[in-house]
Amino acid sequence: MSFDRIREKLSILADAAKYDVSCASSGGKRANTQKGLGNNTGMGICHTYTEDGRCVSLLKILLTNHCIYDCAYCVTRKSNDIKRAAFKIQEVVDLTINFYRRNYIEGLFLSSGIFKNSDYTMERLITVAKKLRLEENFNGYIHLKSIPGASDELMRQAGLYADRLSVNIEIPTVSGLKLLAPDKKHEDFIKPMQKVKNEIIQYKTEKKIIKSTPRYAPAGQSTQMIIGATGESDKDIMYSATYYYKKFNMRRVYYSGYIPVMPDNRLPSIGTEVPTLRENRLYQTDWLIRFYGFSIAEILNTTHKNLDLDIDPKLSWALRNLQLFPIDINTADKRTLARVPGIGMASVSKIVQARKFRRLDWSHLKAIGIATNRAQYFITCNSKDFYSKDLTPIMLKNKILKSTKSKYSNYFNQQLSLFS
Amino acid sequence: MNPQTILVYDGSFDGFLSCIFIVYDQKIKNPIIRKASQTNNQMFMIVEHIVTEEHKAHRVWKGFKEKTNATQQRDFFKVFLSEIKGVENTLLNYMRHVFEKTHAPSTDFSNKNILKITQVAKMVQREKHRMEAFVRFQLTNDNVYVATVAPDFNVLPLISHHFKDRYADQKWLIYDTTRKYGLYYNLSSVEIITFENSNTISSKNIEKHYNGQERDFQKLWSTYYRSVNITSRKNTKLHLQHIPKRYWKYLIEKTNNS
Repeated sequence: MSFDRIREKLSILADAAKYDVSCASSGGKRANTQKGLGNNTGMGICHTYTEDGRCVSLLKILLTNHCIYDCAYCVTRKSNDIKRAAFKIQEVVDLTINFYRRNYIEGLFLSSGIFKNSDYTMERLITVAKKLRLEENFNGYIHLKSIPGASDELMRQAGLYADRLSVNIEIPTVSGLKLLAPDKKHEDFIKPMQKVKNEIIQYKTEKKIIKSTPRYAPAGQSTQMIIGATGESDKDIMYSATYYYKKFNMRRVYYSGYIPVMPDNRLPSIGTEVPTLRENRLYQTDWLIRFYGFSIAEILNTTHKNLDLDIDPKLSWALRNLQLFPIDINTADKRTLARVPGIGMASVSKIVQARKFRRLDWSHLKAIGIATNRAQYFITCNSKDFYSKDLTPIMLKNKILKSTKSKYSNYFNQQLSLFS
Repeated sequence: MNPQTILVYDGSFDGFLSCIFIVYDQKIKNPIIRKASQTNNQMFMIVEHIVTEEHKAHRVWKGFKEKTNATQQRDFFKVFLSEIKGVENTLLNYMRHVFEKTHAPSTDFSNKNILKITQVAKMVQREKHRMEAFVRFQLTNDNVYVATVAPDFNVLPLISHHFKDRYADQKWLIYDTTRKYGLYYNLSSVEIITFENSNTISSKNIEKHYNGQERDFQKLWSTYYRSVNITSRKNTKLHLQHIPKRYWKYLIEKTNNS
């Protein structure tokens, strides 16, 4: 293979794929049978990190950036004047195997622009995965993109070779989609999701009866939403995310701050700052819902449509519900502990274990690693001194903000300087 | 005041367990356990050199196993591999705590020794995980994938399993340049190897024996690495938090700028 040409294609097609946030390589357990190449223990490994601090665990590329669609938010849209390239199937296979053998990556994340039609494109993606599994005896991680509108039969095949499948809905609201991607239909995104969900359920039930049922997408499916492109509220985004979690058993919903890449009067102008802080608050909310036992309506509702930027969503919730605090560290149950600002799930289980042996005081809690600067106002423990002043939520918020230094403080300073 | 006893051992895990045997056997109070490579003679101390004896080590480990679960045993070994100065005494205290109780809790995080053991084990675990991530194999012309590392802790014994399972159909060698030994997988089992002449495993010598395509793939990887970066999201602090500079020397994408 001509090295220089491959290198050029790689730089074009990796560059086009980088806006896909998902880089998970976990969840798809696969043992290395018959002395083949690679395994997946179910735990992901980040092999390196880019200068923007994101994990690189997969070879994330497009098969081609030729595309028949013209979605406003996408770099590879038809009307965008950029260099186009396409990999041959064998080239992707060779790159994956050689990178994998050198311990650069955990596997492959293959996506593609849509050329000819959905099924033709999906078939190509499946061929790569099939070759890797059957010809190269490869047991590493494979993430394939489900092409919107692909047929059920192809989606079934895809799941037999891939660990994870994903369709990016990109725009959280149906109206936004109509505005920015007029030739794509909402149903086209939903159809492959529905099929994958049903196949996974079917696999799980059949597996109980017939042990040799071929595995189907063991790492489940995920999706991604762009934020800050169409002016939707945090409530819109999170309700939509919750819908996808519930309705399609998503493993993950990713939130990706919109990065302006070309001028378009429907979108934020070029040079607009990427909303990384908002992104961060959405992920925090996502975690509160999935792991901390919060329901979406507690965090976002009609009176509280957007998340606070200056404090995290749990603290914000706690300040709105001060009547529930303080709670006693030595008696409160797990669910209540998880709701205290400054206490994470790891600390919760340490506290529950440790308090079996003695009543915990401040020094124990600090050693365990809870963030006392926030937690102290919401708890009591085996100590006479605890925070007892009655403060209004606003006063308490200011007090906490003064005692903590946010890694985003620059962000707020910049905001202020606009007006000075 | 009675003089304190220093027990000196050869640095092996069995050697350390033999020390613990001696501590119990001779009822030594407040001993200090040190590796032979870490000691300097001090006045007013009794220095005893402990000979590693497998059957003694075995007896201690057997006793420990009876009172603990698999996680505790693994953590104990990990903490030993941390090679932090004075860690032997934390481990001794922990073991004493285990032997005193009929049922030794591993979850009493308000106990200083237990918390320390969990925390150090976590540090070692993290370094192990980093090595699984940051090892970069280079293919040589005799078809062996070679990597050199210099981890903060002695983690090669912990990563052997991972690489053996994953790269079952290729010969590989991971060499620890600080501790001067390596793991070599010969397609059927992993063996420990050392080199008489450290130049054999120097990066210059490895480069001399590169497979024809090796440089090309390194360049492709660097190209890929640069292409996936999003400049408008640059975040150097986070970047350095994930890959501290001391690891850059292994990483082809951080050193190869062509």
